[in-house]
Amino acid sequence: MSFLDYFLGSRRKSASVAKDRLKLILAHERSDGTPDFLPALQEELLAVIGKYIPVEKDQISVNMERRGDFEVLELNVLFPDQH
Amino acid sequence: MAKIVVVTSGKGGVGKTTTSAAFASGLAIRGFRTAVIDFDVGLRNLDLVMGCERRVVYDFINVIQGEAKLQQALIRDRMLEKLFILPTSQTRDKEALTAEGVARVMDELHGEFDYVVCDSPAGIETGALRALYHADEAIVVTNPEVSSVRDSDRILGILAAKSRRAEEGKEPVREHLLLTRYAPRRVQGGEMLSLEDVKELLRIPLLGVIPESETILQASNQGIPAIHMKGSEVAAAYEDVVARFLGEEKPLRFTQPEKPSFLKRLFGG
Ligand SMILES: Nc1ncnc2c1ncn2[C@@H]1O[C@H](COP(=O)(O)OP(=O)(O)O)[C@@H](O)[C@H]1O
Ligand SMILES: [Mg+2]
Repeated sequence: MSFLDYFLGSRRKSASVAKDRLKLILAHERSDGTPDFLPALQEELLAVIGKYIPVEKDQISVNMERRGDFEVLELNVLFPDQH
Repeated sequence: MAKIVVVTSGKGGVGKTTTSAAFASGLAIRGFRTAVIDFDVGLRNLDLVMGCERRVVYDFINVIQGEAKLQQALIRDRMLEKLFILPTSQTRDKEALTAEGVARVMDELHGEFDYVVCDSPAGIETGALRALYHADEAIVVTNPEVSSVRDSDRILGILAAKSRRAEEGKEPVREHLLLTRYAPRRVQGGEMLSLEDVKELLRIPLLGVIPESETILQASNQGIPAIHMKGSEVAAAYEDVVARFLGEEKPLRFTQPEKPSFLKRLFGG
């Protein structure tokens, strides 16, 4: 900041305006994406299902999708061959 | 077995191609067998930045479509024996970049190289998705500016959702922030986001900071990757980036303005 700026009084710096705007927009856009609890949910589901049926980690998948106005949680479990 | 590194950003013109050329050269200087691939189909700039445009006979798309062998398309770098460039086509469109074709080329490169550096096109469509799909690590090139930071954040979301590692439920792609075109004086004046600001917003580890510099233009004019511009700040900054990527500790440089003269301090400059 120069001597002249100092006496003219400090207007708010544009970089700090940029940072505040980015904080808001990133928080908003991140909330639209796939939620970050999915991997944890997948682990826990695997543990629960594994109590009853023997399944491997790669036989289960969990996805969240937006379809129009709905969020669809999709759970796929591939059962091992019984024979 | 090669490690695959994508250089990506979302936004165009932030320094991906400049970085791909310098970074791949830096790895080859360190003795690693390195291939750098241009995924920006239709534009094709990497060969110019690497100074090999007149030696392009076959390209990435020819290999994908089975019109040439990978060995015929790979161009050995003028300066570094361990570095190879896979240029792209200027005449086809990005639909030519089929998922199966890219996978086949990656598979072949895997056995031959230590590192494969993928120079991504801008955007979040086919070209960019293909470039990041196989990545083990991602260098997210960001300028200290609102739209670049926002686009980087979107690319981080895509890396976490659409990469091969994400789809296969493997350990996530390792993400690195590379802040480029950084002007410390403008940061100090409060006109430009600081590296701390960008780190706080994007929340990924910082790999390095490349200052805004005219040296980049001189380098690209001559088709010489910036890391070869001896004695310049940008060359040193890119060397540090390569060292940190390889796990070495390097303090940040060129992130503070040079001490201004007394008069400049008094009247602003
Ligand atoms: N650190 C830098 N300082 C000054 N100019 C730069 C810097 N990095 C890149 N540029 C310039 O910015 C422009 C875009 O760079 P490029 O690497 O082609 O970006 P991208 O591949 O992301 O579109 C080029 O003209 C390049 O010379
Ligand atoms: Mg580019």
